[in-house]
Amino acid sequence: MAVETPLKGNIGDSIRRKEDDRFIRGRGNYVDDIALPGMLHMAIHRSPFAHARIKSIKTEAAQAVPGVVAVVTGALLAQHKLAWMPTLSGDTQAVLATDKVRFQGQEVACVVATDPYVARDAAALVEVDYEVLPAVVTPQQALEPDAPLIRDEKDGQTNNHIYHWEAGDKAKTDEAFAKADRVVSLDTFYPRCHPSPLETCGIVADVNSATGHATLYMTSQAPHAHRTLFAIVAGLPEQNIRIISPDIGGGFGNKVPIYPGYVVATAASLLIGKPVKWVEDRSENLISTGFARDFHMSGEMALSNDGRILGLRVKLLSDNGAFYADAQPTKFRAGLFHIVTGSYDVAAAHVEADGAYTNKAPGGVAYRCSFRVTEASYLIERLVESAALEMKMDPADIRLKNFIKPEQFPYMSATGFEYDSGDYPRAMQVALDKLGYQSLRQEQAEKRKKGELMGIGVASFTEVVGAGPGKHYDIAGLRMFDSAELRVHPTGKAILKLGVKSQGQGHETTFAQIVTEELGIPAADVEVQEGDTDNTPYGLGTYASRSTPVGGAATAMVSRKLRDKAKRIAAHLLEASDADIEFDQGKFFVRGSPAKSKTIQDVAFAAYTNLPDGMEAGLEGVTYYDPPNMTFPFGTYLVVVDIDRGTGQVKVRRMVAVDDCGVRINPMIVEGQIHGGLTEGFGIAFMQLITFDEEGNCLGSNFTDYLLPTSWETPRFEMGETVTPSPHHPIGAKGVGESATVGSPAAFVNAVIDAVAHLGITNIDMPVTSDKVWAALHEKGAAE
Amino acid sequence: MLPAPFEYHAPNTMDEALGLLDELGEDAKVLAGGQSLIPLLKLRFASPAHLVDINKIKDLDFLEERDGMLRVGPLFRHKSAERSSLLASRYQVMADAAPQIADPIIRNRGTIAGSVAHADPSGDWGTVLLALDADLVLRSRSATRTVKAREFFSGPFSTALQPTEILSEIRIPAARPQTGGAYLKLERKVGDFATVAVAVHLQMEDGKVGSAGIGLTAVGPQNIKAGQAEAALRGASLDDTTIKEAAALAAEAAEPTADQRGSVEYKRNVVRVFTERGLKRAYERARGGG
Repeated sequence: MAVETPLKGNIGDSIRRKEDDRFIRGRGNYVDDIALPGMLHMAIHRSPFAHARIKSIKTEAAQAVPGVVAVVTGALLAQHKLAWMPTLSGDTQAVLATDKVRFQGQEVACVVATDPYVARDAAALVEVDYEVLPAVVTPQQALEPDAPLIRDEKDGQTNNHIYHWEAGDKAKTDEAFAKADRVVSLDTFYPRCHPSPLETCGIVADVNSATGHATLYMTSQAPHAHRTLFAIVAGLPEQNIRIISPDIGGGFGNKVPIYPGYVVATAASLLIGKPVKWVEDRSENLISTGFARDFHMSGEMALSNDGRILGLRVKLLSDNGAFYADAQPTKFRAGLFHIVTGSYDVAAAHVEADGAYTNKAPGGVAYRCSFRVTEASYLIERLVESAALEMKMDPADIRLKNFIKPEQFPYMSATGFEYDSGDYPRAMQVALDKLGYQSLRQEQAEKRKKGELMGIGVASFTEVVGAGPGKHYDIAGLRMFDSAELRVHPTGKAILKLGVKSQGQGHETTFAQIVTEELGIPAADVEVQEGDTDNTPYGLGTYASRSTPVGGAATAMVSRKLRDKAKRIAAHLLEASDADIEFDQGKFFVRGSPAKSKTIQDVAFAAYTNLPDGMEAGLEGVTYYDPPNMTFPFGTYLVVVDIDRGTGQVKVRRMVAVDDCGVRINPMIVEGQIHGGLTEGFGIAFMQLITFDEEGNCLGSNFTDYLLPTSWETPRFEMGETVTPSPHHPIGAKGVGESATVGSPAAFVNAVIDAVAHLGITNIDMPVTSDKVWAALHEKGAAE
Repeated sequence: MLPAPFEYHAPNTMDEALGLLDELGEDAKVLAGGQSLIPLLKLRFASPAHLVDINKIKDLDFLEERDGMLRVGPLFRHKSAERSSLLASRYQVMADAAPQIADPIIRNRGTIAGSVAHADPSGDWGTVLLALDADLVLRSRSATRTVKAREFFSGPFSTALQPTEILSEIRIPAARPQTGGAYLKLERKVGDFATVAVAVHLQMEDGKVGSAGIGLTAVGPQNIKAGQAEAALRGASLDDTTIKEAAALAAEAAEPTADQRGSVEYKRNVVRVFTERGLKRAYERARGGG
C-alpha cells in the first residue's frame, strides 16, 4: 500500500484545519468560558417599547435583591460623559437611554450582581415609567412630513432624514436613457435580516483600579480598532487598554460594532473595581445588535433593441434604525452599494441614496458582505432577469452579451471602481456545462406543457472586497491597511502575528500556508496568533472579506522580507555571493547546483548562531500592507427549483456554484466558506426575516420566529471553479468568505421567477416563502 | 436565557409523582421530554415554582398492542415512534407524523404524551390522536379516568388534564385490515411548527369507507377534528368527487388566523389540498400500496 506523504501545506494543499482539534474536542476558549476571580455578572433591562419618553426610572427594587452590587442607569453614565457614544458612521448612539427609548430592546439600565441568575431576576425589577409615542417602522413613513421626530435630541435635526449620497454621472445616464429602445424597471426590497452568529456578543471587562489597566475580553472582529475607539470614547490611555478577542463563534459582521453592553460592563468594572461579565442571550442578540440590509431599491435599466445595457439608474432608500450606526468606510454613506453595475459593461450609471431613521434597532452591518455589495448584487442580478424577460432573451445569453469582456480588464466602472481582473464568460460556461443547462431548459418546456412549475435561476455576481487602499477607505479615520509580524525561531519554527481576527474562517491554517509557500516552513510549524492587541501588530480586523486580500498579502510580503535576509545568510553559509542564491521549496542553493543546499531551518539557526559580519541577529519582521486596489471575486450560480401549486412550496432541486476567487490557498477551506455562504444565501432567500408590527414590536426575536436553515432543508451544492489571479495581490488571491452570500440570493429568487414568469409574475420579494408564492399564483388563477 | 428559580423533584415511582402533584397543585409542572417546557422556562413565559421530573420512573416508556388497543406510555419518545415497525406497518398516520416532529435532536427527548398534554394548537400528535379517535387515561392520586381525545382539548395550551393528574396512557383502537393513514405537514423549515398539517386515518370495508378520521393542525385554537368531512366519507366510495367534497368540508372546519406563516385563505387552501392528497395516500395504503 502506498503511503501518502503528508502535505506540507503549500498553496493549493487542502490540509486539515489546525484549529479544529480544539473546537471539536470542546477545548476552545470563548468569552463566556472566561472566569476571573471575583467576577460579577451583568444583565440589561431593555425597553419593551419602540418609541417612548422615559418619565422616571426606579431602581430600588432591583438594588434590594440580595447579590445585586450595582444598578447602572443612563443618568449615572451621564456623570461620566458616557451616556452617549459615537457610531462608526459619525452619528451618536445612546449607551443607556436617558430621554427616550427609540427601539424595542434598547438598553435602559444594567444590573451587576454576583450571579448571572440574580442579575437577570433583578433586571426585571427595574421600574421604568414610559410615555408611549407613535412608532415609525418604515423609512417611507419616517420621511412623511408629519412623522414623529425620532432624534429630537440632535441639534439641527428637524426630520428623520439621515443622508443623501450620489455616485456616477447623472447627465450621462439621462442621455443613455433618452437614447434607449427599451427601459426595464424593478422595485424591490431587500428585507432586514440578521447575521446571527452562534456565539452571541459579550465581554469580560477587567479594570484594575490600582494600575488603571483595562483588559477587555471581547467578541470583536476588529480588536485593534476597538481599542482605539475605547480610548477615544472612554478617555482611557490607549497603552492601558488591552483587548483580547479569544475564539470567536462566528461574526458575519455582527461583531464589528461597539455595543452599549461592552461600554457599560467596562464602566461598571472601572467603578466597582471587579471584573464584570456580560454575555447577551439569543433574543438580545437578535433584537438589539447589528442587523443587515433593509434596503428599498428601485432600478431602471436602459436597453437597446438587441439587448445591450446602455444605462442604469438606481434609487435607494435605506432604513438605518434609530441611530445611524452602519459599519462602513467613512467616505461612503451607503457602503459600496454603487458597485451596482455588477458584472456588466454599463457605460452610464447613476445611484442616488437616502437614509432614514426609524424606531428599529441600529447598526446596519455588512452581514457576510463587503459593505452593501450584497444588496447591489441582488438588485442588478434581479434587474438583468427582468430585462431578459422583457427582451424575451435567455437569461444566460443576455448576461453573456453584456459582461465586461476579459480583455477589458482593468476596467473602470461608471460609478468609479477599477475592476482588477475577471473572466466572466468562462465562469458562466463552466456553470452551464456542469448543470446541463440546455437539457434542463427542454425539461422545463415539457413540464410547462403539463402545467408543472419548474424554474432555472442564473446569477453572475461580482464582488468588491479587501479594503483599502487606505487613501480611499477608512473606518472612523483609521486607514484600512493590515499587518503581519513573522518571527522565525532558531529551530526553524515560526510565530505569525496578525492584525486581522478569525471568527471561524480558518486563519490559523490559511495564513500558515502562505508562510509555507513563501519560506518553506511546514504549516504545522507556523503558529498563527491573532486577537490580542498587546501581542499582535495593529490592523483593522476581519470583515468585508479583507483578511486574505490584505492580511494575507501582508503575510506574503513579510515572508519575502525574511526570505531576502535568509538568502544573505544562506550565501554566507554556502560561501557564495548573495546574488547567486536561489530559493525553492524551503531550500537555498547556489544557482546551478541545487544538490548542495541549506534549508530554511539551517538558515534560521544560523540567524541566531552564525551570521555574516555586520548583520543584525534574528529572523523577524513586520509588514503593514496597504493594498493598491480592492479585489473583485466573481462567479456564476445556477439554481433549479420545482414549485408545488397547491402549497406554493419551492423545492430547490439543484444548485451549481462556480466561484473565481483567484488563487485558492486551501481549497478545502475555500469550499467550506462557499458552502456556508450558500447556506446563508439560501436562508436569506427563503426564510430569514426580521420584521416589525406597526407598533415597532420585533417579530423575529428568537429562532422559532427567525428561521435559520439547517442541513435538513439546505440543498446539496455542486461546486466548480475558475482561477483568475488578482494581478495586484502578491499571491493572486481575492478573498472568498462572502461571495456566496452575495451572489446566491438572486440566483434562488431568479429561479422562482423563471418558473412563474410565464404566468405574469415578475417579482416576489425575499424571503420567498410558500405563502407568498401561492398568493402570487392564486392572483393569476394558477394555484391549485 | 436564564429561567426564574424553581424547585426540582425527581420521584422514583408514579405514586410518589402523583403525591407531589396532589400536594403542589398548580405550582407544579410535569417534566417529561422537556422540549416545550424548558424553552418556556428559559424565555420566562412560564415560571412554575416546582418541576416534577418523571424520567426516573420505571416502565413508562412503552408501546404495545394489548386487548384490542394500541397503548402508548407517557415516556414513549418521538424517536421511538419514528423507528417503530409496528407503527410503520399498522398505524401509518403515526409513522408518517413521527419523523416530521421538530428535528432529530428534539425527537430524541420529546414524548408523545408530553406533546399532547402541552396541547399546543400547532402540535402534531393531538391531531393524529383525533384522527385515530384515541382515548387518554388521566391519573391522579385518588382516581383514574378516561377521556376521548376529541373531548380532551379545550383551547390553546388547555386541556381536560387537571394540575394533579398525569397523562398516564394513550389508547388507540387496534388497527384492522384495510387500514391506511397519512400525515401531511407544511413547515417553513425542519424544526418549525406546522404552518398547516392534516392527519388522515381510513378504515375501508368492502371497497367503501368504513370509518374515516381527519385531524387538522395549526388552523385553530386547538387541534381540530374535521367531523363533517369524516361523516361525509363514511360509507362512500372514494372517488375524486367524494375526496374533493370531503376536502372542502375539512377546509371549512379549519379556523386559521393570519400570521407570518400565511394568510387565512392560504392556510385553508393547504388544508383542502392536503386533505385531498392525504385521502388518496391513505386509500392507496389501505389497499396495500404506498
